[in-house]
Amino acid sequence: MSEVPRFWRESRHRYRLVGTRCPKCDTLYFPPRVICPSCRRESVGKMVEEEMSGEGEIFSFTVVHDGLEQFKMQIPYIMAIIKMKEGPLVTGQVVDCSPEEIKIGTKVTATLRRVRAEGKEGIIQYGYKFTVTP
Amino acid sequence: MSSIVSYGSYVPRFRIRAEEIAKEWGENPENIKSGLFIHSKSVPGPDEDVLTISAEAAKNALRRTSLDKKKIGAIYVGSESHPYAVKPTSSILVEALGLSYDIHSADYEFACKAGTAAMQNVMAMVDSGQIENGIAIGADTSQGAPGDALEYSASAGGTAYIIGKNGFADFNATLSFTTDTPDFWRREGEKYPSHGGRFTGEPAYFKHVLTAAKKMMERVSTKPEDYDYAVFHQPNGKFPTRAAKMLGFKDEQVKDGLLTPYIGNTYSSSMMIGLSAILDKAESGDRILGIAFGSGAGSDAFDITVNDRIKSFKRKNAAGVMEQVNRPIWIDYATYVKYRGKIIMRGA
Repeated sequence: MSEVPRFWRESRHRYRLVGTRCPKCDTLYFPPRVICPSCRRESVGKMVEEEMSGEGEIFSFTVVHDGLEQFKMQIPYIMAIIKMKEGPLVTGQVVDCSPEEIKIGTKVTATLRRVRAEGKEGIIQYGYKFTVTP
Repeated sequence: MSSIVSYGSYVPRFRIRAEEIAKEWGENPENIKSGLFIHSKSVPGPDEDVLTISAEAAKNALRRTSLDKKKIGAIYVGSESHPYAVKPTSSILVEALGLSYDIHSADYEFACKAGTAAMQNVMAMVDSGQIENGIAIGADTSQGAPGDALEYSASAGGTAYIIGKNGFADFNATLSFTTDTPDFWRREGEKYPSHGGRFTGEPAYFKHVLTAAKKMMERVSTKPEDYDYAVFHQPNGKFPTRAAKMLGFKDEQVKDGLLTPYIGNTYSSSMMIGLSAILDKAESGDRILGIAFGSGAGSDAFDITVNDRIKSFKRKNAAGVMEQVNRPIWIDYATYVKYRGKIIMRGA
């Protein structure tokens, strides 16, 4: 089934790392939440969208040797949990580097990349990945 | 008068050496290195295309300015390798860069000078007062058939200029020169381009580049020695070097903008990335002549003077061209053909 509607709805979050901040407890969530799980009904309708800087560091990572078909070109590839400067932990692929270049604490920057395409004729899905900060 | 408010470039990190390509096709790499003056070229990663390259170049331009993004009234992207045949790269960029939806946008195509055509359109809209600022991008992931001479040069990269009023580099003048010349083409749906052999040099590149440069110097009453820098479209290292010499420019005026020997021909970004490398080091008062060329064929000329605002311009907020050129990840020919989709994959 085509994922065009879902990706369209989420495009600004995937392109620019737009999360939502709870104005009551000041927590930033990514992926965005419509309700703050701590402040609950007090946050309803009050969550504010906020774009993150894209800067962060490796919180944890793994090297994938038996990956998804869509990522076959990049095997072995790195999947990491990134601790963003603004606080949220974000899961993403780290590209343009070898596994030897990655350690916990390595500084990374978000970059816009192709994530997958729906065959040769379908939509191309773009989203954030990460590269090592020079 | 319109001016450059900010600029940014992006060069993919993957590179392949001329030797690596030559050894697969039984050619002498020294002929490529000394004949075409190309040592290596950039290669887009398997998850990079004109949209992602344009976005990174534009983000670098936005990092260098505090300009309110809502004051950007146009975005035009020139390329001959847009990811979609029908669906604009520019509209995806509006969302990817977080620009206002109240914006003029379109994709341009004119071989290697689509990006400078975009610059001219943004300049015209700024000069006419229709918009305050606009973004013009030239980006490509250019194609070369396996074993073709283009395989040594066709590379990837992008450059974005934010053009508006009160920038740090003024456009004194721009002009274009266009003729119907069958030097290079790619038919709809074809994967690789064709070139018209003997049309490539004299009737196409040299005729258009030299004419546009001469007409520009005539219009603004300058001589080659009045310029601190000159930058030309660079399909290889040899053509722009020869064009500069024929016009009377010296090596020191040209060397800072000559990038093709190291990253190949970035097509729509070719002259634009050379200009970007010059702006990475230009100082107030410097005068620059820029001549783009697109097959088919035409040239766009720009006469630019850097002003005092360069002193407060935040160049260091983004990686300069040479910083990116000097961070290569070298790949072999097998990886190159895999990344460029030149092998048949199951399900493809």
